[in-house]
Amino acid sequence: MSRISVALTGNPNTGKSTIFNELTGARQKIGNWPGVTVDKKVGVIEYKDRKISVVDLPGTYSINARSQEEKVVSDYFAENKPDIVVNIIDASNISRNLFLTVQLMEQGIPLILNLNMMDEAARHGIKIDEHKLEKMFGMPVTNTVGRSNKSVRVLLDVFTNTRMANYQPSEIFQEHVARVNAIKASGQSQEKIDEEIITARYDFIDKVMAEAVTVSAADKTLTDKLDSYLANGVTSLVIMVAAFYLMFQIAFEWIGQPLADMLGEWFEETLAPAATEAMASAGVAEWMQALVSDGIIVGVGAVLSFVPLIFTLFLILSFLDGTGYMARVAFVMDPIMRRAGLTGKSIMPLIMGYGCGVPAIMGARALDTHKDRMISILITPFLTCSAKVPIIALFAVMFFPDNAGDVVFVMYVLGLAVAIIMAKVLGHTVFNENQSTFLLELPPYRLPDIKTVLLETWDKGKGYIIKAGTIIFAMTVLIWFLSTFNSEGMTDETDQSYLASIGGAAAVLFAPQGFDTWEAGAAVVTGLAAKEAVVSTIGVLYGADEDAVDTDDADGTAEVLMTTSMATAFTPLAALAFMVFTQLYSPCVTALGTIKKEAQSWKWMGFAFVYTCAVAWIASMLVYQVGRLLGFE
Amino acid sequence: MKDTTAGMTVRIDALEESPLKQRLMTMGLIPGTKVEILNSAPMGDPIAIRIRSYNLAMRKDDAAHIQVTQI
Repeated sequence: MSRISVALTGNPNTGKSTIFNELTGARQKIGNWPGVTVDKKVGVIEYKDRKISVVDLPGTYSINARSQEEKVVSDYFAENKPDIVVNIIDASNISRNLFLTVQLMEQGIPLILNLNMMDEAARHGIKIDEHKLEKMFGMPVTNTVGRSNKSVRVLLDVFTNTRMANYQPSEIFQEHVARVNAIKASGQSQEKIDEEIITARYDFIDKVMAEAVTVSAADKTLTDKLDSYLANGVTSLVIMVAAFYLMFQIAFEWIGQPLADMLGEWFEETLAPAATEAMASAGVAEWMQALVSDGIIVGVGAVLSFVPLIFTLFLILSFLDGTGYMARVAFVMDPIMRRAGLTGKSIMPLIMGYGCGVPAIMGARALDTHKDRMISILITPFLTCSAKVPIIALFAVMFFPDNAGDVVFVMYVLGLAVAIIMAKVLGHTVFNENQSTFLLELPPYRLPDIKTVLLETWDKGKGYIIKAGTIIFAMTVLIWFLSTFNSEGMTDETDQSYLASIGGAAAVLFAPQGFDTWEAGAAVVTGLAAKEAVVSTIGVLYGADEDAVDTDDADGTAEVLMTTSMATAFTPLAALAFMVFTQLYSPCVTALGTIKKEAQSWKWMGFAFVYTCAVAWIASMLVYQVGRLLGFE
Repeated sequence: MKDTTAGMTVRIDALEESPLKQRLMTMGLIPGTKVEILNSAPMGDPIAIRIRSYNLAMRKDDAAHIQVTQI
């Protein structure tokens, strides 16, 4: 079977990914381009006895290597000669889209110009004469209608039938190339040369526009009408808050959390007893039974039960992103985010941080500058991710029964406040070298392609499932081992175990915070593996029955734990200090690993660990010591 | 372009030197190009403009480096 290699290139917001997803479906592989954190998407299709391998290059406005994405595209073309390069062009925005086309062709890369969203262009009063466009460039021109599968499949015939060797750049384009070469040889400063070349490219584009495109004055588009409410003045803020309130309602109240509760119940009430029974009848050693049902199933189950919540949240965010609304959110939030030393574009990753820090840290890729990316990554750990909620809820109910709701709210605000303060501090100290900018395309509102939304949701959320299967799995085995063994072998007394020794050692650090018990120390240590482990460790160490500790049911768990020595181990003030510490201290190991990957440096990962712990230690000490001075206990 | 208001149509005269200059040019802000001023975020900054039939948002500090005349 002969092979054809195809590369898709184009601007952001052209529907390029949708075309790629329609072509390859679930048969795509997502990897990484070497040396950078840009997704590499490749898919293989079999069609008419040919194997067509398609690579989806990152969407870029140009290939000047100013961003990671641009560098990926220019490196790709420097090292590869694909049989066919398709330049996906948003027909409704053809003028700016052609900039990349011209720049690629200057490098001698033959292209198929594929005009996408011709229907939308027509609504905007833009008519393109494909025949004339073909003549102006000397390259073949095709068209597709964004989300129509049928029209995208037509591209497969184009791939198999087109011989790029038959096409030569037109004479008028060669004149443009000659002009560019003359500018390059003019001996001016590099900056001046670059600017003159950009101007020359738009000169050529303006000629193409005059020849092949007619733009008639269209009525106000739907996008303009919507933007006068959704991205204009104070009303836009009110609508945005309502939209996010609705999103969290759907995720935490209506769909995500109920599904999470059902899954968690199934793990505890169906799978764990069934596994115990099966192992008992098979005569498996008792310690092994305990490991599997108390350790692995409960531990992994606790993480997996968050999966529906996380996926619901990401599904909504991917959908909103596909409509174009998230660009408006960045626009509307920029005045506020700018005052915190960030940019409006940081809002999307930070909102994800309330679900899980891992995709939030990865989401920082989309930001423009190194400074913006690093600050966004480094403040994400302070936000209240869904795994911290059970800790706050339990301690609030146990030690502040009359104001539990207020205490939970204060913890959310505290996390956000510390994030904002640290953004300012980092911006003025570690990253004071360059300033942040905000230049953002506001794409037309569109109904997103469902396949693309689902693939994106899966892509963002799958890390959470992998975490449950790898790190959480390993850590639950380790914690179980540490809590049931000591230097003399297996023990039934947890307070004689390795975990007690480690917890005791860690607890010394927390004397100024008032919670220097070995149980609290152990919970802080296990929380490094996953914040979900804090509540389960505390529950087990204070001798509550396994089944009574339910991360989703703070009231019930609190009731049980009130009858144990935990009720007197913490004063309310020490409990508050403990909540502050666990809210702010080091991100879990999965998040730390993600920071290492995204920042491409062990140093930054170490920095993230040390500085979050330091901030948490100081903040919790202040709460305890100032509280005592004010006469609280 | 900092001192424009929504609804105005202007023509770009020149771009002053700024770190963003080449990016702005790449996005199609070339002297001679027509720009419509659209909506703005709360407190009036950043602003949205229409250029070459697409919409672009930028901060007023960056818009200040773009000289325009009203048409």
